[in-house]
Amino acid sequence: MNLKQTPSQTIGPYFAYGLTPEQYGYNFKSLATNLMVDPETSEGTIKISGKVFDAENNPISDAMIELWQNDGERKLFGRFGTGTDPENRFVFHTVKPKSVDGQAPYINVIIFMRGQLIHSYTRIYFSDEQQLNDKDSTLLAVPQERRNTLIAKWKGGHYEFNIRMQGPEETVFFDI
Amino acid sequence: MNTKVTFDPEVHPPKLYEGYKSTVGRAPHKPLVVVKKSLGELTGPLFKDFELGVLDHDLTRNAINEGEPIGERIVVQGKVTDEKGNPIRNTLVEIWQANSAGRYVHKVDQHDAPLDPNFLGTGRCITDKNGNYKFYTIKPGAYPWGNHPNAWRPSHIHLSLFGGSITSRLITQMYFPNDPLFGQDPMYMSVPPKGRELLVSKFDLSITEPNFALGYRFDIVLRVTPFENQ
Repeated sequence: MNLKQTPSQTIGPYFAYGLTPEQYGYNFKSLATNLMVDPETSEGTIKISGKVFDAENNPISDAMIELWQNDGERKLFGRFGTGTDPENRFVFHTVKPKSVDGQAPYINVIIFMRGQLIHSYTRIYFSDEQQLNDKDSTLLAVPQERRNTLIAKWKGGHYEFNIRMQGPEETVFFDI
Repeated sequence: MNTKVTFDPEVHPPKLYEGYKSTVGRAPHKPLVVVKKSLGELTGPLFKDFELGVLDHDLTRNAINEGEPIGERIVVQGKVTDEKGNPIRNTLVEIWQANSAGRYVHKVDQHDAPLDPNFLGTGRCITDKNGNYKFYTIKPGAYPWGNHPNAWRPSHIHLSLFGGSITSRLITQMYFPNDPLFGQDPMYMSVPPKGRELLVSKFDLSITEPNFALGYRFDIVLRVTPFENQ
């Protein structure tokens, strides 16, 4: 038997009360939030924040970002919409994953928004892991001039990771 | 052997579909970079241990304040499988939708149709050991939007699924049979012809509950990446 995959459709503009209800103030329990670890009690907690930009370089206010990381020790998932921050940022609190098999540590990113009929995948690498980044097989498979779109920049206190859907600095999206 | 398992272009919409105007400034333009999958892509969050509320799957009751929601009660059920028909067990299914008047609870929905004080329009459940899920809800109404002159979205329910890894992640919309609005709807029409019928639920008398609710069946097939191909 070979069944056809169910086609993707857009998340649309109205996902918040279903998928990120507590963040947006709806009376429904959230199954996942941007606290992938408890920053109060977890050692080595990092904060990652950024914006999602459209072709006109405007921050997108109705995107939903999911993060998934698995380094064999810790499996962490987070979910956050860009519609509650005054500057339309997403913010996550997590820990940096470990290097696996000599590869650079990274976090998977899944991006949904109105205007996307099917979601996009990218990865967050870290600017303070240059040695591992320089020999990471995935980063080396990306044209050199685009690699920096995958690297979160340490800004003193947090990492910044912006996602650009189009334009000369379009983020690298993956076929996984 | 490294068989490429990907989102099937015969049924999935393209990233850019000009009929759906918002894709123009938001769809990536550059080609995707193919990545060799590792632990991060071959796994995904497990939700089977989450404590779901006892009414999370029943949208006719999970937001009642002073009475029952207005509209036609329906049962939506189906089976989640991979492309070989193997059931996908213990996977989270989340849904959200407009009320029977075609209005979303979401604060940015400005459509001039009434909110229902007894209907939130969201729910979730976990598939059982045979991959089955089931929701009780109210049939959503059609509503206008600004994509093109006199644009109306056909009645639909949004669904979000995970499957076993982030490669099987899917967000989709379920439609109702024979909707006259399909032909002018860019969401529906963005899907290649072979995929369109896969988005339409089937009326099913055998799951219709006597004196209570009409039954619609909507089976879901997720892309599953076989481990042995890595």
